[in-house]
Amino acid sequence: MTGGITHGAGRVARSPEVSAAIRSSFAVGLAVAAYGISFGALAVAAGLDVWQACVLSLLMFSGGSQFALVGVLATGGTAAGGAAIASAVLLGARNSLYALRVAPMIGPGVAKRLLAGHWTIDESTAVSTAQPTLVSQRAGFWWTGAIIYVGWNLTTLIGALIGDQLGDVSQYGLDAAAAAAFLGLLWPRLKQLQPVVVAVGAAIVAAVLMPVLPAGLPVLAAALVAVAVGLTNWLGTRESDLAEAEPDPMGER
Amino acid sequence: MTVWHIILIASIAVLALKLAGFMIPAAWAEKPTVARLANLLTVSLLAALIVVQTFGSARGFEVDARLPAVAVAAVLFALRVPFIVVIIAAALVAAGIRALT
Repeated sequence: MTGGITHGAGRVARSPEVSAAIRSSFAVGLAVAAYGISFGALAVAAGLDVWQACVLSLLMFSGGSQFALVGVLATGGTAAGGAAIASAVLLGARNSLYALRVAPMIGPGVAKRLLAGHWTIDESTAVSTAQPTLVSQRAGFWWTGAIIYVGWNLTTLIGALIGDQLGDVSQYGLDAAAAAAFLGLLWPRLKQLQPVVVAVGAAIVAAVLMPVLPAGLPVLAAALVAVAVGLTNWLGTRESDLAEAEPDPMGER
Repeated sequence: MTVWHIILIASIAVLALKLAGFMIPAAWAEKPTVARLANLLTVSLLAALIVVQTFGSARGFEVDARLPAVAVAAVLFALRVPFIVVIIAAALVAAGIRALT
């Protein structure tokens, strides 16, 4: 773990804080990068080709949004394209808040901020904001971002190639795997009463509307549950707002 | 819209949202309503996607091998089993039930 990324730390001796940040980056990064395999396989199962799966991971680089886009396309096809895009974009909205938090660590410089923006995801935000000093926060952000970017894209390619060979999807249970993947993304966010109530409400809305509306729209309608509860702050407290604002990478559970 | 259009539009929009966070005033992040909405939006979309992916079919709503697979996944997540292991287990449960029925 010496050398490599220029953003890491100094040339001579690393402070204990920076070393700890880099260790967290590897622990979280490697765990998260591994399930690019499931994304690649599911993307191909949804009808994307290997290239399209890889472009999503290279360009969009946000797990939840990628799974959502592919999930809606799997049920609705390109006819549900608008709903697929909207689902991915709404799920990516939280990244804006993460960017607000990490921006002070990154500092000025257009190229640096562009790359940092691209790598602003749950995990890089969580690892960096958990560090005690500015230098170690910076190290945590760049190391986590780099490890996941490289790992996620490699495993997406591997998963897409495997999915390409599988053929009939349901025979291998890949459709169930997609549902389990969404559950895994949701699970660490259910620590307070308010998100649990929103999750149950959204699930009911989606289930009721599924037989009635075209594919993709029930998911968007369910988002209204979050808007209603969020604006009124029903069942919420000031403390829960702060607690929920913490991104929680699955690798650290 | 082709699949390529959908992929490129969605990717650019998601990337733009990340970059927007570097442009807008930091005071926004302190507003509890903004933070709460972003978090609950994520929760509601994921919950709805679980339902659609578990019960969705050409006929609208269908209960099949996916439901026990997701139930097994929930138990494994509760036991803090790693993500990738849970995903494989869910696929195996669904595939196993389909092979036997």
